[in-house]
Amino acid sequence: MKVDKVIAPAQSILPLQLRAVGYSVGKTRLLDGIDLTVRAGKRLVVMGPNGAGKSLLLRLCHGLIAPTSGSVSWQTQDPRPAAQAMVLQRPVVLRRSVRANLDYPLALAGYARAARDEMVQKTLARFGLIALAERPARLLSGGEQQRLALARAWALRPQVLFLDEPSAALDPSATRAIEDLIGQFSAEGITIVMTSHDLFQARRLAQDIAFLHRGRLIEHGPAAQFFDAPQTPQARDFLGGALIW
Amino acid sequence: MDGPFLIALGLIASGDPALTDIIALSLKVTLTAVSIGCLIGLPLGAGLALAQFPCRGAIVVAFNALMGLPPVVAGLLVYLMLSRSGPLGDLALLFTPTAMVIAQAILILPIVISLTRSVVEDLWAEYREQLRSLGAGRLRAVPTLLWDGRVSLVTGILAGFGRASAEVGAVLIVGGNIAGHTRTMTTAITLETSRGSLGLAVALGIILLLITLSLNAAAWGLAQSARGRLG
Repeated sequence: MKVDKVIAPAQSILPLQLRAVGYSVGKTRLLDGIDLTVRAGKRLVVMGPNGAGKSLLLRLCHGLIAPTSGSVSWQTQDPRPAAQAMVLQRPVVLRRSVRANLDYPLALAGYARAARDEMVQKTLARFGLIALAERPARLLSGGEQQRLALARAWALRPQVLFLDEPSAALDPSATRAIEDLIGQFSAEGITIVMTSHDLFQARRLAQDIAFLHRGRLIEHGPAAQFFDAPQTPQARDFLGGALIW
Repeated sequence: MDGPFLIALGLIASGDPALTDIIALSLKVTLTAVSIGCLIGLPLGAGLALAQFPCRGAIVVAFNALMGLPPVVAGLLVYLMLSRSGPLGDLALLFTPTAMVIAQAILILPIVISLTRSVVEDLWAEYREQLRSLGAGRLRAVPTLLWDGRVSLVTGILAGFGRASAEVGAVLIVGGNIAGHTRTMTTAITLETSRGSLGLAVALGIILLLITLSLNAAAWGLAQSARGRLG
């Protein structure tokens, strides 16, 4: 029989520390010598041109892939803590109802039926999905599917949420809705690490910026400083729209 | 004398007991074989899709090839296993419905395994990162992928049912076509035709065609409605 998990204020899994992290496929180094500390409570936006390694960096942090060199370590020493979630660039919603999609990861996490039902109901309400609860998730619009993906990640009570281009394929109003949600998550104390190729979005959301260029982290600091006085010529070119890759 | 079609229609209309017994046995044997085939084939096929081990490719090819296993060969193999001098001869299963179930399950199993592997493999490519992100390992992914591939799987299982219910070679060899005991629709058609008693043969042929037709209609309808309902 499953034991009901108690949602207690758990030990913080942050900061997350990346030390000399590299990732290679064959002889191609996609990420190289990344040193990065993700501190609790911030909204960190990872920026950089296409192919700079932004997605890869998030997937390494989330634990979907292991670095080929260096180390990724959480405060708790847990190799892959449960209190972190990710919304992939193209989230997969399962071929079942919206409700069942929200229930699925909670069941995996070992919550008992009653606790799950309560959390799913709360999540549906929180994300305005009650009217869609019994609808097949695959038939939702792109914006609704993205909202479901965010809801599914949020329901796991993450301390840190990784978002890979959370509004890449959405129209302006859906993008606005997603950005509002990200702001609310942050206000609830969830640490946000997200990628974006959209400078305006980064300006709206970022407290910290990590700037990647060809697999290397070449700037990391407060967003205002990055946008007003970028330290590297690559970042200056990127902000000026001259640097494509 | 009436033509075979009139006799056949008469037999069907009157619900002739010899006819209904044969139909009932055929369906029982094939349904049991399909159930066993699914029980073993679904997890095995999904496992084959997700597992990584040496010779995996060879096993995949072998199961694909076995989809074309001639029913008489399957029947012969089961016959050799179950005959008095065979390794399982003591069970005295030869010429029983159980033997027919075994033979048909052997025919269905490669179909279910290969189909499941292909469906689950495709889904896994799409779901892999997402499931891992949500906390599902390979083993836990198996039921998830089977459930999300349910529409394609059911369509394929119905095809397996069609193959088993239409074959004659295997059930003839291991069942022996004993009246009232192991006589199925296909073996009865074979026998009645060779005896020149075409009425019963045609009646069974019509029923068999109807079953195949309704199975295909069911598969098609299911896929159509699922596309609309599930996306």
